Amino acid sequence: MKLEKTFTIRNKLGLHARSAAKIVELAGRFESCLYLSKDGCEVEGNSILSILTLACIKGAEVTARIEGQDAREFMDSLGELIEQKFGEPQ
Amino acid sequence: MNNDTTSRLKGIPASPGIILGKARVIDRSRVKILYQYLINKKQVNLEVERFKEAVRAAKEHIGELRGRMPDPLKAHGFILDTHLMILDDSMLSEATVKTILEEKINAEWALKRSVQRIQKLFSQIEDTYLRERVNDVENVAQIILRNLAGKEPASLSEINERVIIVAHDLSPIDTSEMNIGKVMGFITDVGGRTSHTAIMAQAMKLPAVVGLESATQAIADGTLLIVDGHTGEIIINPDDDTIIEYQERQIAHEKHASSILRLSHLPAETLDHQSLCIKANIEFPEEVALALDHGAEGIGLYRTEFLYLRNRDLPSEEEMFENYREVAEIIAPKPVTIRTLDLGGDKFSSTLPLGREMNPALGLRAIRFCLREKTIFKNQLRAILRASAFGRVRLMFPMISGIQEVLDGRGILSEVMTELDREGLAYNPDIKVGIMIEIPSAVTVADLLARHVDFFSIGTNDLIQYALAIDRINEHVAYMYQPFHPAILRMIRQVTLAAGEAGIDVSLCGEMAGDPACAGLLVGLGLRELSMNASSIPGVKEAIRSLSAEEAVADIEEIFKLSTSQEVREFMNRKKGLNAC
Repeated sequence: MKLEKTFTIRNKLGLHARSAAKIVELAGRFESCLYLSKDGCEVEGNSILSILTLACIKGAEVTARIEGQDAREFMDSLGELIEQKFGEPQ
Repeated sequence: MNNDTTSRLKGIPASPGIILGKARVIDRSRVKILYQYLINKKQVNLEVERFKEAVRAAKEHIGELRGRMPDPLKAHGFILDTHLMILDDSMLSEATVKTILEEKINAEWALKRSVQRIQKLFSQIEDTYLRERVNDVENVAQIILRNLAGKEPASLSEINERVIIVAHDLSPIDTSEMNIGKVMGFITDVGGRTSHTAIMAQAMKLPAVVGLESATQAIADGTLLIVDGHTGEIIINPDDDTIIEYQERQIAHEKHASSILRLSHLPAETLDHQSLCIKANIEFPEEVALALDHGAEGIGLYRTEFLYLRNRDLPSEEEMFENYREVAEIIAPKPVTIRTLDLGGDKFSSTLPLGREMNPALGLRAIRFCLREKTIFKNQLRAILRASAFGRVRLMFPMISGIQEVLDGRGILSEVMTELDREGLAYNPDIKVGIMIEIPSAVTVADLLARHVDFFSIGTNDLIQYALAIDRINEHVAYMYQPFHPAILRMIRQVTLAAGEAGIDVSLCGEMAGDPACAGLLVGLGLRELSMNASSIPGVKEAIRSLSAEEAVADIEEIFKLSTSQEVREFMNRKKGLNAC
């Protein structure tokens, strides 16, 4: 299965060390592969450093592409994580 | 380096306390990396294994540090989690293995290549915070290199006597590795008040001085040092008299600190039952907790420049709003005074359309800049007003020189209020609006200004600079920066009198506010509200509790007969001596 969805990063600090770490952690729980892209630049979702280099601040639009068996569940979990602003205190 | 002569260094005080002890200079000489070409496949495979083993050992080491992190540091544990993740990152480990296999070079050199690639990628990031994460990569790489070289984990964990750590810089791994029980304090060449070292030292209640520039060069391992975390002073090879003096100060301080911290949550009331309101100055939302811990009764000055200096882009209304709201909510029901943008002068940002000026202190800065760049100003006012719906927010304009700026500022404020009304956004329509009194002309017309604002806040740092026409950063005239100058004392009194007559609040938020030795003077001059760095609060409250307001007012009459700073200082020292008897 191949899925693609665009998200707006809404947490205060954007994709910084803590939030990027949460994405990497999530990626480790699924079989499928995650790729994130912003402004035409695509990186692997299992690398914290790659995610940091995307430099997503609050308000940035990020496209997630997930390929594999459990892509659906993975995309849902990722959407929830971003939606809940990575559990950061508001 | 002469081992006998006494010398002194001055840095930025990062965590309070006085210590006397032996220096342990942390040798930061990095592992030297040599290029080596591997001849056959067997060697290449062995090299890959050697690298993987070094990474595995690094993981184990960091995991272990994470596990036995002392309690006060637990909150910083995620930094080490990030390190673990970087160790596993394909950009670091996989890429290095690939380089070893493809180019047949040794692990150290291949790792160096990976780090350089990552450094290059990160150097293009605009956001300062994200860009600096490359330090984590470098720290992790150092651990791997250390393992490859077969070196024991740094000498930090082997410290077996009580020492003062002297380092160029300290990474989170360094501080985690230390046997904290043996560390008396830290001093570093780099860093500021909010650096990792400073935060760690405060959390562990160890004295620290940062930003010393040349401490690692000036101090030899094993040298006797005195570190004063209050003033930022380091004395290298102190003589016997100095040692005795500091030991006494240290004992007095420790006794004092533990007794006053216990009392810092109680109100500050003079012997004759005059209460003073003591607030904290902050720059980041994270500092609110520290302020409350030290017994602050509100935030008297929230500086807002950081968001403008941090990014290359101007901060968005949303970003500012969330910062301000966070502070307002945490400090509530206590009040927070948010000062609008005070850039220009010595604080310069590349984001803002500010030109280099011949005379920046007298140039286009603070409120002058805001009144000209209305869009930037309005954005901030919107953010502050919106935050006012979430707590007791007060608004303050800096660098006011006369009535017109107040009227113009308030004019823009009501325009913004109308906008918010139209958009249906909540704010407090009765928000208190005040001004900084830091320009001599504002002192002179304080009675007129008092009719147009809800409160005054006297900024002594700038007031002294402008009134005495001295640039405190200029070493040739810095000696003339005299808070006790009779002119300054008269100005402060003129402002408190004008505020009193108009029935508005007045506070003082410069460095003078945080100096316990000035407490009596300020009470005598009519101040009943002071705002200072959080760590100064317990000491100032203590000073207030041991003075009589009536006596302080009487003293001011005496002090006003004196004609120089020196005489005022002597008078105050005599007073102190009398009180001690």
